[in-house]
Amino acid sequence: MSPILEIKNLNKNYGPTNILNDVNASIEDGEFLVLVGPSGCGKSTLLNCIAGLEPITSGTIRISGRDMTHVSPKDRDIAMVFQSYALYPTMSVAKNITFGMKVRGIEKAEQDVKLAEVAHLLQIETLLDRRPAQLSGGQRQRVAMGRALVRNPKLFLFDEPLSNLDAKLRVEMRTEIKKLHQNLGASMVYVTHDQIEAMTLATKIVVMKGGMVQQIGSPAEIYMRPANLFVADFMGSPAMNLIPARVTMNGKGASFTITRSAAPPMVLHDENIKSLPDNVLLGLRPEDIGDASLRKGRKLQISNCHVDVVEPAGADTYVLMTLGGVEVTARLQAETAAQRGANMEFTFNMAKASYFDANTGERLN
Amino acid sequence: MTNSLITNPLRKMMKRLVLRWLLYLLLCTFALYYMMPLFVMITTSLKNLEEIRTGSLMSLPREITMAAWSTAWSSACTGIQCEGLRPYFWNSVLLAVPAVLISTIIGAINGYVVAQWRFKLSNILFALMLFGCFIPFQVVLLPMARVLGMTGLAGSISGLIFVHVIYGIGFTTLFFRNYYVTIPAELVKAAKVDGASFWRIFFSIFLPLSLPIIVVTVIWQFTQIWNDFLFGVSFSQAGTQPITVALNNIVNSTTGVKEYNVDMAAAIIAALPTLLVYIVAGKYFIRGLTAGSVKG
Repeated sequence: MSPILEIKNLNKNYGPTNILNDVNASIEDGEFLVLVGPSGCGKSTLLNCIAGLEPITSGTIRISGRDMTHVSPKDRDIAMVFQSYALYPTMSVAKNITFGMKVRGIEKAEQDVKLAEVAHLLQIETLLDRRPAQLSGGQRQRVAMGRALVRNPKLFLFDEPLSNLDAKLRVEMRTEIKKLHQNLGASMVYVTHDQIEAMTLATKIVVMKGGMVQQIGSPAEIYMRPANLFVADFMGSPAMNLIPARVTMNGKGASFTITRSAAPPMVLHDENIKSLPDNVLLGLRPEDIGDASLRKGRKLQISNCHVDVVEPAGADTYVLMTLGGVEVTARLQAETAAQRGANMEFTFNMAKASYFDANTGERLN
Repeated sequence: MTNSLITNPLRKMMKRLVLRWLLYLLLCTFALYYMMPLFVMITTSLKNLEEIRTGSLMSLPREITMAAWSTAWSSACTGIQCEGLRPYFWNSVLLAVPAVLISTIIGAINGYVVAQWRFKLSNILFALMLFGCFIPFQVVLLPMARVLGMTGLAGSISGLIFVHVIYGIGFTTLFFRNYYVTIPAELVKAAKVDGASFWRIFFSIFLPLSLPIIVVTVIWQFTQIWNDFLFGVSFSQAGTQPITVALNNIVNSTTGVKEYNVDMAAAIIAALPTLLVYIVAGKYFIRGLTAGSVKG
C-alpha cells in the first residue's frame, strides 16, 4: 500500500527567498507526524503546502498515492485545524461543523447523523446552538476539531492547535488529541514549536530549521540519537548538555578530557567507540548524570564535581555545574543531598552519550 | 495644617464643578449657534410673505401656514416649468438608490478581493482606486462628458448613475477593504479546505459579518450622491435633473418678489432624506467606523 502522505524534493520560494529547501518526508496509514522547529523554520508553510493553500515551487506531494501537487485544497481529502481555530463567526457551532458537508451538497439527514456522532465524541452536544464568540477557548478548540473530524478525511492537518490555550488546558487537550488519534487510527500531520508536544504526540517527528529538515525519526530516536547539535539542543527540556572535550584514542576506546576551572581536568571513557576527531562535543542528557551515592556497580564512571546551583522542580531537582567551560545540568531525585557551593560525586552514563563534531555540528557515533 | 486638609478637597470639588458647568455652557452656546440657521429656515418657511417683510428674521411666526411648503413641493417655478420639487425629488431617488446599491455591492466585492485574495498587482490596483478618491470632481467633468456622449448615456438618469458609481467605487472599496483586512486569513483557508468557492466564502462568511460597514458605506454614498450638484448640473437635461439642481433653479429664478418662505421650504425638503438616513442609521455609522477586529 502506498504511503498516506509522500513529499518529494519539495522546494518553496517567495521571490528570491528560499522558504523550504528540498523537503522529503512520508507517513504510513495511522501515523502521527509532528513537524517541529523554532518559529520561522517553515513548518507552517510546509503544512499549508500539504493542504494546497500555498503553491510550491518544485517537487511533488502525494496523498494516498495520488499526485496532489496541483490539486485544490477541497479535492485533497484533508481536514485542517487552525491555530486561531478559524470558526465562522456568524454561524452556530452546528453550522460551523456542517458547513463543509453543506458546501459539498451532502444530504441534510446524513449531515445530522454525522453532526450528532462528532458532537457526542467531543462532548459538545450542549453547545451546538451557540456562536463561536460565546465559547471558551477550550470549547472553540473542540468545535474546530469537530469540523475536521466530521469530514472523515484521509489526512488531518493541525497547525499549532494548542498554542492559544492556557498551560493546564493545553496538557488536557494534548491528551485528548492523542486519545483521538489512537481511537480513530487516523493519519495526522501536526505542527508545533513545542518539543514536549512533539515528543508526547508523535509516532514520527520531523525537526526543521531554516526551511531544511534536520532529522526524521521516532520520538525515541530523536531524543536518544539526535542527528546534529541543533536537534540535540532543541529537543528535550532541560536541553542536552553539550560539553567540549579533548579525545585521546587508545586500544580500549576513547578517553575524554574535560577542563574545569577550579579543579584538575576530568576524564571519562567510552569503550564502544572506534574513532573520533581530537575535539568533540560530548552530549549527555541531564538524566544521564546521576547522584553517585545512589548508584552501585563496577562500570560506573564517577567524578567529584563542584555544585554551582540547586534548582528544586518538584518531581526532580536540577543541579548545575560548570564543566569544560559550559553550564551542565544533572537531573537528580527531589530529595538529593546536593548543596550549592559544595562538592559531590556524580555518575556519567557514557553508554547514552552522543558525540558531535565541534566544527560541523554533525553526529559522530 | 488641619485647615488646609479640610478645605483642599472641598476647593478641588468646587473647582471641578465650576469647570464642568462652564463646559456645558460653552457646548450649549455652540449648539445654539449651529441650530440658528435651521431655526430661521423652519420659522421662515412657516410664515407668509407679508410677515416676512414686516417681521424680524428671528421672530416666531404669528400664524403658521404650510402654503410655502406645498408651493415648494408642487408648484414652484424652476425656470419656465412650475411643477415644484416633486418630479426632481423622484429623479434624485431614482438616481441615488441604484447608484448607492451598485457602488456598495461593487465596493464589497472589490474590498473582499483586495483584502483576502491578493494577487500580484492587487496592491497597485488598490492604490490606484484610492487615488481616484482624491481626484476633484471638476477634473473629470470633460472626459466624463465625452464618455457619456460616446456611450449614449448623456443627459439620462442612467448616465448620472454611471458617473456616481464610477466615482464612488474608490471610497466603497476603501471602506470594505479596511474592514475585511481585519478578518483573519485563516477563515478563508478554513473555508477553502471545507470546499467553499470564492463566491460561497463571500456570501456565507464575509457578507454576514458586514452589516456595520454596509451601513457606513450606504450613508456615505447616499449623502454624496443626494447632495451632489456639480455632476447633476453638468450631465443632466430638462426632465432628468436631480433635486439639488432644481432647488438652485427655484431659488435663482424668481420673478418679482423673492419668496423666501418657498426657498426655505424647498431647501429643507431637499435636505430631509439625508437627515433621515443619519437619524435612522446614525448609531451604526459610529459603530461601523470604529468596528474592526472580529473576535472568532
